[in-house]
Amino acid sequence: MGPIIPNELIPAEWNFVFAILIGIAFGFIMEASGFSSSRKLVGVFYGYDFAVLKVFLTATMVAVIGLHYLDYLNWINMDQLFVQPTYLWAAIVGGFIMGVGFLAGGFCPGTSLCAVGIGKIDGIVFTIGLFIGILIFSESFLWLQPLYENSFLGHITLDETLNVSPYLIIFIFTLIALLAFFVSDMVRKRVKKVFY
Amino acid sequence: MEQTNQKNRHVYWNPYFGGFLLGLLIIFTFYITGRGLGASGAVKSGVVTVVNKVSPEHTENNAYYKKFIDGENSPMNNWLVFEALGVIMGAFLSGAVTGRIKLKTQHSPKITAKRRLFFALIGGLLFGFGAQIARGCTSGAALSGISVLATAGFVSMIAIFGTGYLVAYFFRKNWI
Repeated sequence: MGPIIPNELIPAEWNFVFAILIGIAFGFIMEASGFSSSRKLVGVFYGYDFAVLKVFLTATMVAVIGLHYLDYLNWINMDQLFVQPTYLWAAIVGGFIMGVGFLAGGFCPGTSLCAVGIGKIDGIVFTIGLFIGILIFSESFLWLQPLYENSFLGHITLDETLNVSPYLIIFIFTLIALLAFFVSDMVRKRVKKVFY
Repeated sequence: MEQTNQKNRHVYWNPYFGGFLLGLLIIFTFYITGRGLGASGAVKSGVVTVVNKVSPEHTENNAYYKKFIDGENSPMNNWLVFEALGVIMGAFLSGAVTGRIKLKTQHSPKITAKRRLFFALIGGLLFGFGAQIARGCTSGAALSGISVLATAGFVSMIAIFGTGYLVAYFFRKNWI
């Protein structure tokens, strides 16, 4: 039963082989979906291109439904999967800063690596920016530590936070995603086209 | 070339197809490793490695760097670093088969390349900084987090994209 490396069904040395293969697939899918283009990515914020929204929501929908289905079939144990800890204020403040960075820079870390892969200079410069930003964070960690470590809520999932069934959340999330697809197509028809 | 650009024909995949494949990849990644995808963590490993090379005492005295230093084991010997190298290779492959590989700065015709690069640097800086506070970026925190229904994943996604819509107005000149 999965996950298979934590359960030692295959040797741990395979982990790095899978890391590269999974990375290649990840990079290929993002680039082929247009994520190496900053002007395509930010289209979601101006209404002229909703590829980010569609790819992101379709991927999470497929993943969340698929993982829970595999759990139901006993092929994978959901309890063994890594759930990142929730530090509420850190997630909100960090997300806010990332949102400003997204609009200023036109990439996020994964997509900027894609842009590096096809030779975009703006992608390379964005990645250098990432490096500097992480350096500044680390050097000022003493000062940021309270924000980083306070408001810890545990390794919780949304169904635990709201105290409802995970299946209800998945169902509502799917409905919201479908609504977002529908609305985004309506918006795009009304917004002036942008050529990039 | 100009002509194709005027029609936005970049022959990118249908976003639902790309999203479906990405979803399958996330399932596969969790099935194999028990964890999701990531990106900013790899750059963090790079930062820790460089700082540790320059001054090992400094990393030893900093509570944040110290988390990622593990004796003789290099911080580059990390799952996310190999994955990130794969991402660059995968993007290169996709760009190679579609003829999109070209050393250039992409920017709106209304702004100069210099302005684009200045904002790319500032944007990257902010994104890297924010991703450390939130313990992950759009891939690690939002995409992988939501796949296991992590509360932090939903909060990060809403914060990133919500802020994006809030500040889009101020950056409009750069994009449209």
